Amino acid sequence: MTVGVLARGGWLPLVLFLGFALVPWLAGDGFMVSLVGRVMIFALVALSLDLILGVGGLASLGHAAFIGIGAYAVGIGTAHDVYEGLVTIPLGLLAAGLFALVTGAISLRTRGVYFIMITLAFGQMAFFTATSLSVYGGDDGLTLWGRTELAGQRWLEDDITLYYTILGCLLGSFLLLRAVVRSRFGRVLQATRQNPARVAALGLEPFRYRLTAYVIAGMLASLGGMLLANHTEFVSPAYMTWQRSGELIVMVVLGGMGTLSGAILGAVSFMLLEEYLAEITQHWRLIFGPLLILVVLYARGGLARFLGAGGDA
Amino acid sequence: MTLALLAVQTLNGLQLGVLLFLIAAGLTLVFGVMDFINLAHGVQYMLGAYFAVTFVGLTGSFFAGLALALLAALLAGLLLEFLVFRHLYRRDHLDQVLATFGVILFLNELVKVVWGAAPLHYPIPEMLSGSIVLMDGLLYPVYRLAIIGAGLGVALLLYVLVQKTRTGMRIRAGATHPEVIGALGVNIRRLFMLVFGFGTMLAGFAGIMAGPILSVEPGMGDQLLILAFVVIVIGGIGSIRGAFLGALIVGLIDTLGRSFATDILRLFLTPSAANDIGPALASMLIYVLMAGILFFRPAGLFPAPGR
Repeated sequence: MTVGVLARGGWLPLVLFLGFALVPWLAGDGFMVSLVGRVMIFALVALSLDLILGVGGLASLGHAAFIGIGAYAVGIGTAHDVYEGLVTIPLGLLAAGLFALVTGAISLRTRGVYFIMITLAFGQMAFFTATSLSVYGGDDGLTLWGRTELAGQRWLEDDITLYYTILGCLLGSFLLLRAVVRSRFGRVLQATRQNPARVAALGLEPFRYRLTAYVIAGMLASLGGMLLANHTEFVSPAYMTWQRSGELIVMVVLGGMGTLSGAILGAVSFMLLEEYLAEITQHWRLIFGPLLILVVLYARGGLARFLGAGGDA
Repeated sequence: MTLALLAVQTLNGLQLGVLLFLIAAGLTLVFGVMDFINLAHGVQYMLGAYFAVTFVGLTGSFFAGLALALLAALLAGLLLEFLVFRHLYRRDHLDQVLATFGVILFLNELVKVVWGAAPLHYPIPEMLSGSIVLMDGLLYPVYRLAIIGAGLGVALLLYVLVQKTRTGMRIRAGATHPEVIGALGVNIRRLFMLVFGFGTMLAGFAGIMAGPILSVEPGMGDQLLILAFVVIVIGGIGSIRGAFLGALIVGLIDTLGRSFATDILRLFLTPSAANDIGPALASMLIYVLMAGILFFRPAGLFPAPGR
């Protein structure tokens, strides 16, 4: 890490991850650890959305479905007394990948607002399917009787260990996606956003790149869902509402699309602001709503670029 | 599953359909002509209902209240346009979504502060109360028939306005070639204001009409907004005809699905399985329909030419 990288905006992820790492040391109470743990989970999901939304230009309004798929993989496992992560995690990733492959292949036939709406449709189908799973709690959801075990070890039962596991997953996802964005694949994906006709003229098929990105994003989001299930020790259809998908888009746009670290910053600002404004007044939305409007009107391109840190992706 | 029940549910479906059309018409025009995604359109519907609560209460008359509430809804819409929306027309779709989402949050909370969080009601006007016999064993409320009639009337009016008048011609041209009609000397700003104001009033009108039969509460527009988006996407963005057909299809399928899905499933499945799956399947139907239509026609049933 050279001074040049920092000057070009590389300081933002550094500050964010240092901050995350220090939270359990600085704030002794469980509340902060739990809150920031939750924030990091949504940062991970927002990060995955940024790959398709920010880099690929595909606005999905059904991304929360993948949170649900991951969470239900863990939840359904525990309902059958399967706590072993070496079983449930690959199964969850596989289910999310398959769902992304099928729905992505259909959705990617459409463009723009039609894409937003067809992904919403698949998200809603997943949501209503979850509500009909009466064996696994239906509308009411499912309480987990224990967290995921890894190779038979019950490490995650400790809240601090879970916190650092979430942090590790977030950091790993960030580094992975940064490598993806900087690779040839990532360059082509960005090109499909900027000028699909030229990409096609170069002999590359935009559809394949978009679908691959869609599957990667879906699988990463399902990892977020698995962490969320462990964090709240509860799984419910409420994880997959379209409002949740909308909030994820808000986080990414708020932070700055296509910057990766912006998605994390967006999730952090969105969730912490919501938390603290709600503490000040019951009518916190009267403040939050206009703030969103002001950010759109005056911090064009999102908070990360506003802070001059848009160049790391 | 008797014939009378089927008839009642079909009428209910039509009634939901025309309400959806009133909202979707403004949404699709604003989107089609101004290329502006206005999530706050559902809030206009809610505001219409809340203004009606106040003005019907003040004047004691439904129709005087309706007129004043329409005017108030129009003014509120124009104020929003002036303060926020105007600055978003040339921006990215996602910027528009984000800012109008902020407007939703703000206004949903504001009505909670002004009118309280509890659901409100206002009475059906005297002359439209009661029920009439449509056929043997089928009583249907007059007011719901009035909603259907009003909706169909507005649809006809819109058709004439958009297809037969000079302004309508400009609106259609604006939906496909905004730069060209601007270059031909049409005042685009004024056209936008006209379209926007009209759409706002239609949504407000839907809210006012729905008020007496649904509860007036914060966030009442959000669910309908999503349905209205489904409608305009099925119909093809910018197409009034598409919005009309889409609204009727969605209204009917949603209503009939909720009434009969469980019964139909019982023909194939065990009762308990049908009870589990039925309601979920019913809620899912319109999304399955939308995904299916977009699969075969990626730009909706009636894509506006040139888009």
